[in-house]
Formats: sequence, C-alpha cells, structure tokens
Amino acid sequence: MTNIEKYKQVFITLFGVKEKELQKLNYQGVDAWDSVGHMGLIAGLEETFNIMIETDDIIGFNSYLKGYEILSKYVAF
Amino acid sequence: MLPFNVRHSLSKTAIITEDGTHLTYGDIGDFSELVQRVIQHRCLVFCLCQNTPGSVCGYFSFISNRVVPVMLDSAINTELLAGLLKLYKPKYIWLPDHRLNDFQHDKIVLTGYNYSLVKFDGNPDFPLHKDLALLLSTSGSTGSSKFVRISYENIEVNAASIARYLSIDENERPVTTLPMAYSYGLSVINSHLLKGATLLLTSKTLVEKDFWTFLETQKASSLAGVPYTYKILNKLQFFRMDLPSLKTLTQAGGRLNNELSSEMSSFCLRSGKQFFMMYGQTEATARMSYLPPRDSLTKPGSIGIAIPGGEFSLIDDNGKEIKEHDITGELVYRGKNVSMGYATCSDDLKKEDENQGTLLTGDLARRDSDNFYYLVGRKRRFIKIFGNRINLDETERLLENIIPDCACTGEDDHMIIYIPANTSIAEIQNYLTVKTGINPAAFSFRQCAEIPKNSAGKTIYSELDIS
Repeated sequence: MTNIEKYKQVFITLFGVKEKELQKLNYQGVDAWDSVGHMGLIAGLEETFNIMIETDDIIGFNSYLKGYEILSKYVAF
Repeated sequence: MLPFNVRHSLSKTAIITEDGTHLTYGDIGDFSELVQRVIQHRCLVFCLCQNTPGSVCGYFSFISNRVVPVMLDSAINTELLAGLLKLYKPKYIWLPDHRLNDFQHDKIVLTGYNYSLVKFDGNPDFPLHKDLALLLSTSGSTGSSKFVRISYENIEVNAASIARYLSIDENERPVTTLPMAYSYGLSVINSHLLKGATLLLTSKTLVEKDFWTFLETQKASSLAGVPYTYKILNKLQFFRMDLPSLKTLTQAGGRLNNELSSEMSSFCLRSGKQFFMMYGQTEATARMSYLPPRDSLTKPGSIGIAIPGGEFSLIDDNGKEIKEHDITGELVYRGKNVSMGYATCSDDLKKEDENQGTLLTGDLARRDSDNFYYLVGRKRRFIKIFGNRINLDETERLLENIIPDCACTGEDDHMIIYIPANTSIAEIQNYLTVKTGINPAAFSFRQCAEIPKNSAGKTIYSELDIS
C-alpha cells in the first residue's frame, strides 16, 4: 500500500466513510469524528506511519485535506 | 427561593463568545423579562442546550421565571426527542434555529440569540411540584427517558457550596469544555452565574486550534474536564503549555487514573495552579466531594471530603452505619443538594421530595483515618463513558431491540459487548452510536457461540471470555 492509500485507510476504518467522501471530510463532519474520534485518528496515524505528531499539528488537523498537508511534514507522500 | 436572583452590577459582563459577542448581566435580565411576557405561567419547557448565549439566556430566564426546563443536548437524536416530547408533553421547546426544521408546523412565539421558542398549543397544563426547578438526564445518553428532579434549593445550595470550595468570585472566567445539559457542565455555569463571573462560551473542543486561541486571548481562568478530557490534555502536552491566566482545573465524571492524576497534581503545584479532583452524581445536583489540592499528592485516588454543607457516611449490607475506618460499605451522602427523586413521565412532576436530603450513592467506598474517602467499586452494573454514566443492563435491553441476546461488560471509557456469532457488528455498532450518541471507539465487540446463562436464564458474567 502506498502512503496515501494508508492515509485514506485510517479515515475509512475509523470513521466508516467512503473513499469518495474523503476530499470534503472535515472535523465533526461525521458523528464519529468528534474529539474522541480525533484522538483515535491521531493515534491511528502515529501508529501507521511510526511518527509523533506535534501539539500544533494535532489541533490544526481539522480536515482530510489539511491533515494531508500536515502529514507531508512527517511522511513522504 | 430562586438561585439567580443576582444583584451583580447590570453592566458586568456575563458572557463572552468566541465570535466576540459580549452580554452583560443586564442583557440577560432584559431577556428574562421578555420571556416572562411570553410565558406567563409555570409550565414545562424543553431546553436544547449548547454552550452559546441563546442556550444560557434561555436557561437563566426559565429558572428566574419559575418555568421548568428539561435540559437536553442540542444534538439530541430527532427520534429520541420525539419520544421524550410524547412522554413529557412540554408547553414549549427552546431550541437553536438550525433545529427549527423539526417543528415547522408549530408556532414560534419568541426568538433571540439564534434561538427560538416554539409553543405546543395542543399540550394541556399539568401540575408541577412547587419546588421543582429543572430536570436533568441521568446519563445524558442510552436514550433513557429517566430524569432527575432538581429543586430551586438544590441548585442554589450546590452552586454556593462549589463556589465556596473553589473560591469562585466575580473575577473568574471559566471556559466551557462540557455540555451544558450535563450536570457537571451545568454546575460550572450555575456556580459562576451565582457569583457574577464571566462565562467564556465556546462550542469548540479541546482538539481545535480555535479553542486554545479563545482560551488564551480571553484569559480563561479555569477549565473543567472528565477523565477523557485529561487524556486529551496529556496528549496535547498540556504540561508544557504556558497558560498563566489558567489558575484552576477541575476533574469529575469518573475516576482519573493514578498516573495522570499525580502528573496533573505535580504540574499544578509546580506552576501555581490548583487541581481539584471531585466526585458527584446528577442525583446530588452535581457535586458531593472534592480533594483539596494540598492533599492531591498525599491522598492519591481519594475522592476527598464532602463539600461544604454536605456529609458522607458508610453503611453495611444491613443498612447499619460503619464507624471504623478502612471498612468498605455503601457511600451515603446527606445534604441540601440531594435531588427530589426521579421522573419517568410528566405525571411524576407533581411528586414530593422522595429523598429528603439523603442519597444512597450505589458506590462502594472506604474511609481512611483522616476521614478521606476512596471509591472501591459499584453496587450496580454501570460504567462511565467519557463522563456519562452508562448502565450495562439498560444497554443490554436496548440492544435486545435488534439482536436476540447479548452481554455488556467493560471498564470506564470502554464497553465490551458479547454478541452471538452470526450477528453483524457494524449494524450493532451503528445502532448503539445513534441511540447513545457515544463515539464508536468506546465499544468493542466479541462474538461468541453463546452467552453463558445460569438455570434461571441470567447471564453469568464471570464465564464470559474476558480477553
């Protein structure tokens, strides 16, 4: 799996969304992505890519696309 | 006796929101007069709560005008809300404008602060006990129609006691982190309104940058959290943040693990902040005890001492008081914040005070030689998920609407659900999430050939494969 596929898969698995919905997915856009879901997302990404995400990035990560931009600092897409 | 008969300066700021709106105590008082003109008699109103001016002004006005609000979260599922409306037959509902679509055929009689008051002309009046001030949900979840009946005296006494041990005065600026319809969240609002403090209202959560910007620019002086809040703070490296205005942190809604509580305590002692671990139940309006910050490191895991005006005791299985220390018994609380009892339908709202100031908490506890209390277990089968009390037996009954059999166990913030092998996990997970409003991450599923039963047909939990 490529890194972008892995990135997508974390959202799909955790939030039960479809791949075509990802581009427009925002924090609180689905019920599962609340603050609890957010912590699960961060933990899932840290585990998948074996990284530690910094505080400013955790609280700045408010959409699928923004997250992609943020993760580009840690992961080569 | 009305709790918010406040004599604060009318020009004092009561509310600041993240979009820069300022409301004074005078503004809230003016709104309360408008409400009085529209609702001219004592009746029941559903109040759909969020941490916004409309919600707080509505609530304040209802209490001040002796109109009885049923406190519900504004995100309540439409189907659950419809069920509660049928059961409790309120005369009005106060709701954010974006939820008006659910009530398009009914009459809007008042609007303000992006909220509307909708009247149900068809619902007749019914008797409400003269002391009844409001109704709070027992769990905020599981779709339960059971509410706690809170009196005017309960609100005032508990808010005053909390304000005393937390030293709340008019200079305090708490930032909202908990739902307003949740007893702990409401207690923060009550205790600060009582003292003429300034509420920093935000719908943003701790994992959003805007929340932290708001907290810093508005110089929030305190925040409140359930154990999960502190797990988030820990992950956000809260211990490295420099937030000089933030002086008080409170924690309730379940037990914080020892590691995190001692880390929080040391951090706060080091940085000149105060960390209060507290214990309460909605049945006691909100708060029953607190651990004074100076004891937080020497009494780890303790729920502390009873709040001012309250007292604890322990009883054995025969109801006899336990005088010795370090003996486990059921924790009993006495105080004027003990609620009047429960309601399960509109008919119950005329009932007298059934508790008479004494609450059997259902929690098992012991007391040490310094008279500090420690929780050691629970009499009934429930767990706390993200601060909400969830009854495991009720959850089983809820699930039996869609599957033939199941068994629920688990620990705080994590429920384990045993289901028959041929059932769909996705379907059950979805159903639970919709019905309870709890994030699916809190539920784990185990499929098993059959749920172990005794000869009477009762589940034998000890024989479930706990792994």
